[in-house]
Amino acid sequence: MRPEKTRSKLFTRRAAFLLGGKALLMAGLGSRLYYLQVLESERYQVMAEENRINWRLLAPPRGFIADRNGDYVAINVQNYRVLLVPEQAKAAATMDDVLHRLERLIEFSEHDRKRVLREAARKRAFVPITVRENLSWGEVSRLGVNAPDLPGINIDVGETRHYPYGANMAHVLGYVAAVSQKELTGDPLLELPGFKIGKNGIEREYDLALRGSGGSSQVEVNALGRVIRELDRQEGQRGKEVRLTLDMRLQDFVGERLKDERAASAVVMDVHTGEVLALVSTPSYDPNAFSEGIGAEEWHSLVTNPHGPLTNKAIAGQYSPGSTFKIAVALAALEHGIPADHRVFCPGHVQLGDRKFHCWKKYGHGHMELVDALRESCDVWFYDIARRIGVDRIAETAKKLGMGLPTGIDLSGERSGLIPTKKWKREKRGQPWHLGESLIVGIGQGYVLSTPLQLALMTSRLVNGGKAVTPRLTLEQIEGADVKPPEAPQFETLGFQPEHVATVMEGMDQVVNHPRGTARRSALVTEGIAMGGKTGTSQVRRISQAERDAGIRKGEDIAWRLRDHALFVGYAPVDNPRFAVSVVVEHGGGGSKAAAPIARDVLDETLRLTPRWEPSDIIPEAAVNTDEETG
Amino acid sequence: MQRGLGDFQNPELTLQQKIWQLNWTFLLLLVGCVSVGVAMLYSAANGSWEPWAKMHAIRFGVLLCGLLVAALIDMRLWMRYAYVIYALALLLLGYVEVAGLIGKGAQRWIDLPFMRFQPSETMKIAIVLALARYFHGLSYEDMGRISNLAVPVLLVAAPALLIIRQPDLGTAILLGALAMMVFFLAGVRIWKFVVIGLSGMAMVPIGWSLMHSYQKERVMVFLDPERDPLGSGYNILQSKIAMGSGGISGKGFIQGTQSHLNFLPEKHTDFIFTMLGEEFGLIGGLALMLLFSLVIAYGFGIAFRARSQFGRLMAIGVTVNFSLYVFINIAMVMGVVPVVGVPLPLVSYGGSVMLSLMFGFGLLMNAYVHRDLRIGRRWADTA
Repeated sequence: MRPEKTRSKLFTRRAAFLLGGKALLMAGLGSRLYYLQVLESERYQVMAEENRINWRLLAPPRGFIADRNGDYVAINVQNYRVLLVPEQAKAAATMDDVLHRLERLIEFSEHDRKRVLREAARKRAFVPITVRENLSWGEVSRLGVNAPDLPGINIDVGETRHYPYGANMAHVLGYVAAVSQKELTGDPLLELPGFKIGKNGIEREYDLALRGSGGSSQVEVNALGRVIRELDRQEGQRGKEVRLTLDMRLQDFVGERLKDERAASAVVMDVHTGEVLALVSTPSYDPNAFSEGIGAEEWHSLVTNPHGPLTNKAIAGQYSPGSTFKIAVALAALEHGIPADHRVFCPGHVQLGDRKFHCWKKYGHGHMELVDALRESCDVWFYDIARRIGVDRIAETAKKLGMGLPTGIDLSGERSGLIPTKKWKREKRGQPWHLGESLIVGIGQGYVLSTPLQLALMTSRLVNGGKAVTPRLTLEQIEGADVKPPEAPQFETLGFQPEHVATVMEGMDQVVNHPRGTARRSALVTEGIAMGGKTGTSQVRRISQAERDAGIRKGEDIAWRLRDHALFVGYAPVDNPRFAVSVVVEHGGGGSKAAAPIARDVLDETLRLTPRWEPSDIIPEAAVNTDEETG
Repeated sequence: MQRGLGDFQNPELTLQQKIWQLNWTFLLLLVGCVSVGVAMLYSAANGSWEPWAKMHAIRFGVLLCGLLVAALIDMRLWMRYAYVIYALALLLLGYVEVAGLIGKGAQRWIDLPFMRFQPSETMKIAIVLALARYFHGLSYEDMGRISNLAVPVLLVAAPALLIIRQPDLGTAILLGALAMMVFFLAGVRIWKFVVIGLSGMAMVPIGWSLMHSYQKERVMVFLDPERDPLGSGYNILQSKIAMGSGGISGKGFIQGTQSHLNFLPEKHTDFIFTMLGEEFGLIGGLALMLLFSLVIAYGFGIAFRARSQFGRLMAIGVTVNFSLYVFINIAMVMGVVPVVGVPLPLVSYGGSVMLSLMFGFGLLMNAYVHRDLRIGRRWADTA
């Protein structure tokens, strides 16, 4: 028994040692557990929550846009989409099978079909794939009726921007489209798939206000990213409503009136407040096509169209103002010491060195004073003025009237036009100014360029008595995402002598209301109210001597793109102006024939829509008199 | 006959007496462990008896009967057939190897209608039996002779090599460690372990070069789990997050977010302790560890009480085997040792491991029932 006892003692000793080791190990594991679950617990709790909880941004509905009367011009409409959840589809049939059945109920292209299959292969099986958007109500109900046969097919309602007035408002409103890489500003909303922002026009200008702020949804997800349930939801704030100064009844009317022209634009504005009542450019495009997703072909045809449907000609079309510029030149003459009764004899042309400057009237107007010259648009009289006061003085007055500078309208894409000066030519062209060029500027040709909006603004600033109004498109003041109530506009005076303004306006009155006026056929039909204005015809090329001799001047004889632009600026009522209008018809021929009748109809309609107009409506105290210092 | 001398101290018990000798407290501890397992499996299935919890309970019930049978059989019978059982286990391991060759791929199990049978699990018990039988016949002096160690080393090396070839390095190391401890308790001299330990360390670089890339990756990820949070380190990291976020009192039964949202992998098998930690916190984790400690302590107690070397070694071997599972699994899910695919005994779902464990506990109980039975050193040779 001796060896047996040694063996058992040894065993007991070693086993006890081992047991001690096990106890130590267990204690070690216990303390590790303590470390994990007590000391480090907070860190791991955060990590577990991060695993489990996903924040999802909820896109807010975009703010509507209304006209001055509350008529909506941009709204959101429900957009029905067909979604396919591959997991559900595969559970009952094959993807091909389901798509095949779907094909018999709604239309979708082979391209869509391939895209769906491709996405299904790439994404997790529970992620819905959009098969088609913008379903008609008929299609939605057809799918609803056949739902039992369509496993994995779901209908989802989204919101799409819709413009009830379509092409007519495209240039003012612009459109919305997906965010591009360059436009990411750090706002997480912009990174939301499918989120759209304003790409042009008002939609772009006031995008921050219209966008609203995103809500959030806190969801629990599993390891595969599948949403298990929603834990919390915070609704976002919908975009603010933007009220435009436009009157859709007038805007519509102008659109209709310009429809027959191949390319034209018109602006109507309130001469005292700068509110733009109508702003139309044709041809246009359908902005709804952009928010629904435009096809490559449609895009191509828009881009290559020679009439430039994508350009808002009212603010970005730059034209020689032609004779409409004579308003500015006439005012410049009076402001620079030339009396209204300054007489010039017009023989039909004027000689300067070896160059001959023609008047539009081949055999001349005879003796002309300022008012006569405006009324009959005598070029020779203005050649004489330009030679006397020089280009820089004309430019000074023209710029005061808002020419050659951006008007500051709240619409992106505005061009500044051009009012040349001697300095400008020296700096930009590196050439000295020639006197002949002054003469050309005197009749609004040559380097002078202006937009239709600038023409309306020039007219407004003149006929409101020389107040520096600025055009605007929104009733409220919008800064960033804030919409504030409107403030009474405070415009400085431009320091023109009231009698000078009155003289020029007398000329504009006679253009329409005098038997020899260039626009006498376009007098208003509204009883008791008359309009004033100025016609303009701007050459798009030089007229050769041969043509002049042959008498080829009229539009019908030459190609469309070589014909003159027809312009007209006007205002009404003539004795207490309230509205100014400018009309430019590209290659329309003569201003009196092509542009003045449109302006007349537009002003007629404007006055008709404002029947209870009274002189007291004007805000006379708005003009701040800074005359003393400047004058 | 050698038996003659010990007859008056070596009472032959009747079946009824044996039943009275069963350690009911120990069985209660086992039932406790399995109950935790059933509860966690019920939670793992999001509060359903299917597919795991019910099966787990049924298996335990059936195997409990087997345990009792194993406990009541005469210990000498186990001793007599120890080598036979070992040979059978080795044969099954060989069969898996051959089947794997034919099936062109690693195979570790034999498909049976009701379970997947893993011969490597059974081998752990068989090796305990074989070693206990072998060392039973050696005196303290005999243990000093190196020549006497050749046979047990071969007994261990043969299955270990087969398991490495499967390839299942983790199980092979476990088997080696188990055998090592039986050697130690049987009385192999300490200096031999020192020599083996040192040469083992020298072998590490060679072993590294022989390892499969996925095994190397496991070790590397173990050393720095966050180096690949979505790949191999994902399991460890998610396990630590789950456990850590459980805190002191846990998130509540079936409330574990990590487990139920599937961030935690293998929650019904290897990572079931993590789920317990997440849902019942530190309190739950420590409670189960205490339960396991009691099982181990009881096992050691039974070994201390046994009067025969065979009984001692068998009891301790089985207990050590059980404790290895416990330590490695818990250490693994807490990120202390690499992920080697060792389940938590009695709690994790799995038939093979349960079978071998219950077989082992049967032998342990057997050693308790026959604790006063003395068996002569030469008994087996003469029987």
